[in-house]
Amino acid sequence: MGRTGRFLGVGIFLVAVLGLVPWLIEATGRWDFYYTLTSVALLSIASAGVWLTFYIGRINIGQGAYALAGGYVSAILITKYDVSFWLTVPLAGLFCAVLSVFIGLPILRLRGVYFAMVTLVLTEVARLTALALPITNGAKGIASIPLPSAVTVGGITLIPDFAELANVKLAFYYVAVVLMIACYAGLYRLVNSRLGHLCRSLQQNEELAASIGVNVTYLRIVAYAISSFLGGIGGAIFISISQSVYPSSFQVADSINFMLNCFLGGLGYVFGPMLGTLVLYFGWDLLFEAGRFQLLIYASLLIFLMVALPNGLLSLRLPARWRRGG
Amino acid sequence: MEQIIANGLYLGAQYALIALGLTLIFALMNVLNFAHGQLYVIGGFVTYTIYGQLGLPYVVALAATAISLALLGGIIEKFLFRPVIRRSSREESTMLLAAGIAFLLDAIILLVFGEKQRGVPKILNGVLNLDFRLIMPYDRILICGLAIFFITAFILYMQYSKTGRALRALAQDRTAAYLMGVDVERYSMIGFALGAMLAGIVGGLLVTITGVNLGMGGPTSIKAFMMVMIGGAGVISGAIAGGLILGMMESVGLSVFSEYGDVTYLVIFATLMVFLAIRPQGLMGKPWG
Repeated sequence: MGRTGRFLGVGIFLVAVLGLVPWLIEATGRWDFYYTLTSVALLSIASAGVWLTFYIGRINIGQGAYALAGGYVSAILITKYDVSFWLTVPLAGLFCAVLSVFIGLPILRLRGVYFAMVTLVLTEVARLTALALPITNGAKGIASIPLPSAVTVGGITLIPDFAELANVKLAFYYVAVVLMIACYAGLYRLVNSRLGHLCRSLQQNEELAASIGVNVTYLRIVAYAISSFLGGIGGAIFISISQSVYPSSFQVADSINFMLNCFLGGLGYVFGPMLGTLVLYFGWDLLFEAGRFQLLIYASLLIFLMVALPNGLLSLRLPARWRRGG
Repeated sequence: MEQIIANGLYLGAQYALIALGLTLIFALMNVLNFAHGQLYVIGGFVTYTIYGQLGLPYVVALAATAISLALLGGIIEKFLFRPVIRRSSREESTMLLAAGIAFLLDAIILLVFGEKQRGVPKILNGVLNLDFRLIMPYDRILICGLAIFFITAFILYMQYSKTGRALRALAQDRTAAYLMGVDVERYSMIGFALGAMLAGIVGGLLVTITGVNLGMGGPTSIKAFMMVMIGGAGVISGAIAGGLILGMMESVGLSVFSEYGDVTYLVIFATLMVFLAIRPQGLMGKPWG
């Protein structure tokens, strides 16, 4: 695709998610889709983080741990210290990033399946920690978290108080989608920067990269910290929508889903996790009609997709003659 | 004290048997089998159906469990893993497949056996009581003995049979084994079937004591991963060591931390993280195996 084609694609995408989708929901009256789509946007932010760790050649099944940590940081800051929600989101991200540096220093030395297994265990550690610590309120969790408050700078209201809004779902949808767009734009920029090329060198051969002077340890930590930052942000906004957080808000199944999103979309494509999240989450939601066969159909489709397209959905290519035209 | 050690041994023998299957599959195909816990649950349900429902002898039930799980494992390998491994550009893609299979097996268990907790009649009555310092029901001792028997049989099989030699060659170096005339595809299938069979046997053993329910699959997989990490992935001795160590830690932890509530696993996880920071490949694993 040329430069014009790319701009056109981005333009169509922006119009679709910011204009067309709300209009369609308004027209059809399916208000519940707002919640689904908002969840998709938030989960795809966390999945983007997982994708970045895939990009340095690590299988990350621990994103649930950071999403949970981010959620708790935000919830505790809002309920106990009266911090504005909008401030707690970056703080939650930063907390997760710092945490991930300490956790990452030892475990990023592991590779392949070892790293995958240890991150899976990490998710379980996060859940048990949330159960054991006094500040997280154990199994009872933190409930009835207030909605995001207004932000005013010099008398001008930048963001209205969510509690006074007529349509909170729409507001959350816009917040999530705008953040998702910013996140993927950033990720795209990162992957195509010098740092991205260095990350790719790690994915292919760490020893070779180290031998030509790439600071492997530093790069791994940076990539993992960014990944955890995204996980923390996703988790923090998620809990403000559900207005509650429990140790089971993000658990092993969620961590595995974050990883599946990346696989399904395709590991070689920046926008893969977004598509993967949409397909997986929406597919699960639509299959709700199937009742007790929901899980059976879902799993069969997943296996079928994997057998048919082992390299992800985005590996489906348009016929060659169309590609040359674009 | 004797009680804690006996409990640890009993748990450890079961755990080691689960970890053996997982590590075998990993060593042969480099596949992290997320569905291992589900295979264990299915094994439990098959034994429950044949021994508990139909009333056939326990030995028959256990044999039927082993055979049906081996068949299931073989089918999964031949029709699902093999085509994906052949065509995928990154071998991690098998993890998506494994997770999908775990979901699928969960769904099948839910539809066929339901979500209720199931138990079977005791196979042995009575309790061994040594001076009230060591109390152990006879059926637990029998199950523990059976587990040790299966572990020994598995090791002997891997060590001295032709199939075992081929499997070990495959685990060491796939290409070299292929060049030496080992039928790689056939033995991959046998290996996967063997791994699934071990998981099923543990399910069949433990259903007589703890019963079985749908939700046991996931946590069992996580425990199996931990044992494999402690011992080192893809090493038979490591899996046994990992199983015994985890069993002991759980038994000791439950008695030491009993007054602090449910922190045993938190402590075990934290210890594991520190341990892996010092020795990333586990006790007996080869570095980056």
